[in-house]
Parts: sequence; structure tokens; C-alpha cells
Amino acid sequence: MKRKSDLNSIHEKKHTSKWTLVWKRLLRNKLAIVGMIFVFVVVFSSLFANVISPYDYAQQDLSNTFQYPSTEHLFGTDNYGRDIFTRVLYGGRISLLVSVTAIIIALICGCFIGVCSGYFGGKIDGLLMRIMDVIMAIPSFLLAICISAALGSGVRNTAIAIAVGCIPSYARLMRAQVLGIKNQEFVEAAYMNGASHLRIMIRHIVPNTLSTIIVDSTLRIGACIMIISSLSFIGLGVQPPTPEWGSMLSAGRVYIRDFWPMVTFPGIAIMVTIFGFNLFGDGLRDALDPRLKR
Amino acid sequence: MFKYVLKRILWMIPVLFGAVFIVFSINRLSPGDPVAASLGANYTQEQYDRVEAEMGLDKPFFAQFYEYLKGIVTEFDLGTSYKTKRPVAEEIKDRFPVTLKLALIGCAITICIGIPCGVISATKQYSIADYIVTIFSLIFASMPGFWLGLMMILLFALNLRWLPASGLQSWKSWIMPAIAVGISSIATITRLTRSSMLDVIRQDYIRTARAKGQSEPKIVVKHALRNGIIPIVTTIGFQLGTMIAGSVVVESIFSIPGLGTLITTAVSNQDYDLIQGCVLVLAAVVCVLNLIIDILYGFIDPRIQAEFSGGKRKRKNKVN
Repeated sequence: MKRKSDLNSIHEKKHTSKWTLVWKRLLRNKLAIVGMIFVFVVVFSSLFANVISPYDYAQQDLSNTFQYPSTEHLFGTDNYGRDIFTRVLYGGRISLLVSVTAIIIALICGCFIGVCSGYFGGKIDGLLMRIMDVIMAIPSFLLAICISAALGSGVRNTAIAIAVGCIPSYARLMRAQVLGIKNQEFVEAAYMNGASHLRIMIRHIVPNTLSTIIVDSTLRIGACIMIISSLSFIGLGVQPPTPEWGSMLSAGRVYIRDFWPMVTFPGIAIMVTIFGFNLFGDGLRDALDPRLKR
Repeated sequence: MFKYVLKRILWMIPVLFGAVFIVFSINRLSPGDPVAASLGANYTQEQYDRVEAEMGLDKPFFAQFYEYLKGIVTEFDLGTSYKTKRPVAEEIKDRFPVTLKLALIGCAITICIGIPCGVISATKQYSIADYIVTIFSLIFASMPGFWLGLMMILLFALNLRWLPASGLQSWKSWIMPAIAVGISSIATITRLTRSSMLDVIRQDYIRTARAKGQSEPKIVVKHALRNGIIPIVTTIGFQLGTMIAGSVVVESIFSIPGLGTLITTAVSNQDYDLIQGCVLVLAAVVCVLNLIIDILYGFIDPRIQAEFSGGKRKRKNKVN
């Protein structure tokens, strides 16, 4: 018994040290730290939007419309007198919620397809990959428009619309990873021990692909946020009065000649968020796999 | 080489078929009821049945799909827009050239800015120029094209009055939309060119070229760029697809009468057949562009040429 616990502690030690190493490498990368700060600010401010801002995002004040930025309203007020700063904060909540949901959906489906494809190979692989090729042939934004138009707007439907376009790239990524892993000795050993296919896939293969998945998902959040805002901008996706950066820009477009804050701040929010996630993702990739560093 | 081209062309058929199937099923399996939508609020069951039969929606799913596919293949019939009552194919034909032109100009800008910036950045690694290019490409990569479009309108059209804010009166009207469409691709191509050139520039044959006293510009263009450009060409093809898709939003900002504005109006009118037709046509165009790029790729990369041609060509390549 004692020995077993010793082994466990050794195992744990090794496990933490890997992630500590990654963390240390990440901290050495200045751009990654900048990205991390941006991501932290965005996540924090959208999570605690109700604490940070004294206003309500839907609260109209028709005597106070089109106010330019001041100490009272940091980003000014919009055509209904709503505080733009508050709406930008809550908009972050929606963007993050939709993109994370979309990525989780795509991740589950894509991983399942990719792992099956890579693990079993042969006809299953050929068929699944051809289907993925076909989905990939349609640009993901167009696919999202099509699905979103068919399903209707809303957080859930937008997440599905975006997820479908992401599935093929996850499937391909996982397939490539599995092909690299499945012939290694530990998989063979597990098989010899009588582990079922499902167990090998879940316990032995998927954990080894984790770092790739994390990096890819971080980098993908930026792309998802871009698609969400574009969808909302053309009238699909998340609709007013829910504050969403794209639909806020779309609403502000009408007043572009006379009132600039409405079209400026939501865009800056989109840019800062995507910028942060891209830098962080790049840094994470370099930290997890230094060989890939260019 | 012919075999390679033929193989690529034949592969397009199942891809296009699959794309039609996916887009069609998304549309048909959606919860909306097009029959009720076209009839309005008050209708009897007989009226409903008649319209349903007219639209062909009473048939089983696969029969409907067969009809739709047959329509496309035989007479390029993509259905009828329920709002304007015009055939979808005609609507698209009027507007498609504008979108293609916009994407191609965007692509030209991408190539003209992206590749030189990437080359400078790689040849002068860790210089101030490199840092400036890297930072700008990072910023541009995270900027939504449509927002950049709005900002450009604000600055160049409304404040400075240099460029028109909308419409297509002169060549000046194309500048802002093309930049807005191409912005994220410029960033991607710059970064890719940089990393691809950095890979190549450390190779032995570059050192050999230097050792034999060749001029630096010649080394960069003839030896480094020629080898480094292969992944860039593939990505440009992919980016052209993204640009065509991205033009949907950008067009609506600059009120350019292309496919994008057609899609946005179709979205606000809930004109599903029109959306479906537009998406299909754009997807097909992207497929064809990818095919062209793949064929080009075959010409640029001697390894592919060698793989698909007989012994004679192989030897000839080696001599070359």
C-alpha cells in the first residue's frame, strides 16, 4: 500500500512539473503575457459586468441620448440613452458565452469523428474524412449564415451555426494526432492488457492530444468571436435588445455621420478580445511545444 | 500533369454534390414553414395543400432533393425568390461579377502588401522594420473587416472627404471596400511569408548562392522566395475564399450591389431559397478557385509534377 501511494506521489509530482514548466515558459514570452492580460481583462469585465457598471444594459433614458464620452458615461450613450460602456461589457458576456459553447460543441463532435477516423482507419476513415472535406469546402462564415438563417437567431442557434463549421478542422486535427499516437507502445500495452477500444481511446489517446486541443481552441475563440459579430451585424446571430458587439455596430451604423462612439467602442472591444486570445494562443502553443517555435 | 489536373477536377464533383446536399438539408430540416410564410395569416387547408404541392414540398425529402439537384444540373435553376418572384439564378448573375471583382482586388492588395512585408520582415529579422510589421500584422489579424470599413468611412469619407462612402461611381470607391475585405488576409499572408522565408533562408543553397557572389536581391527573389512561396500560394487560395465570404458583410457597409447585399436583404426578408442559392454559388466559386490554386500549385512545385508525370518528364525536370 505504501509503495503504491509513493508511486502516486511521484506520478503527481511529475504531472505538476510538466504544467509548471509550461507556465514558466509562458511567463518568459512577453507577447503571451500581454495576451494573457487582455484575455483576463475581457473575461473578468464580462463576468462582473453587473458589479463594474452601475447602469443596466437595457435601461433607456430618452432625455440623455447621444451623449459623448464623459466621466458619467465612459463611452457615452446610444440612441436610446443606454450606457455604451455597460453594453460593451455585457456584449463580452454574450460573445464569450456563444464562442465557448460553439467550441465545446465542435470539440465534442470533431474529436469523436477524428478519433474514430484515426483509430479505426480504413473505410470508416475514408468516409468520415470525405464528409469533412465537403463541409470544409463551404466557407465557414457562409455555412454559419445558412444554418443561422434556417434555425433563427438566439444564443443557442448561433452557437450551433458556428460549431458546425468548426467540426471538420477539429476532426482533421484529432485524426492527425491519433495517427501519431496509436502505434506507440503504451497503446499496444493497453490493448494487450485487454482494454476495450473505447477505453483506449478515452483513457490513453485523448489525454495525449489535450495540449494540441487547448492551443487550437484558444486560437479559435478569436475566429468565433469574429463570426458571431459578423452574423449579428447582418441581422442574424444574437439580436437586440441583447447587447452583442456586432449588433451594436449595426445599430450605430445609421448614426455614423453624426455620432462616432456607437460605431467605435464595440469594434475596439472585438479587436482587443481577438488580439488577446490570438497572442495568448500563440504563446501557449510555443510554451507547450517549443519545437514548433519559429 | 494532365492526370493530376483531371484527378482534381473529378474530385470536385462529389464535393459540390455534397455541398448542395448539406445546404439543401439545412434549409429543409429547419423549423420554419415556407408554405405558411408565403400564404400569410389566413388560409384554408385546401389552399395550404395546393401551395405545398406547387412548391413541391409535399414530396419526400429525397425526391425534393432530386428535383432540386436536377434543376441545378440541367438548367441552373436555383429556385425562385419569394420576395421578388425572380429566379434566384438571375438575381445572382446580375450581382456576382461585382463580388468577384471586389474579392480579386482585395486579393491583389493582399499579395502586393503581404508578400513584400513578409519578405522584408524575414530578411531583416529582429530589426525595427520586422517588429513594426509583426505588430501591425497581429493587430490587423484581430480586426474585423467590417469594423475597419466603418472606421475608414468615418475617417476618409466623412472627415477628410477623400473617398466616397458608398456606391461604385469611380475607381476610388473600390479602395476602402477592397482593403476592408483583404485586411485579415494581409496579416495572415505577411506572417506566413515571414515564417516560410525564415525556413528557407537558413538552407544551404542560400549560403551557396551567397558564396558564389550572387546579388542579395537575386538571392531573395530567385532562390528564397521561389522556394518559400509554395505554402503561400495555397494559403492565398484559401484566403480568396475567406474574402469572398467576408465580402458579404463589407458590401452591405459600402452599399455595393454585389452578392453580399443580396444575402443581407435575403436574410432580412427571410427569403430562404435566395440565401440557399447565394451560399451554394459562393461555395462553388470557392471550390473552383481552390481547384485553380491546386493546379497552379502543381505547376509551381516540381515535386507534384514529377509524381504525376511519366519518366521522360521526370528526367526533363531534373535537367531543368
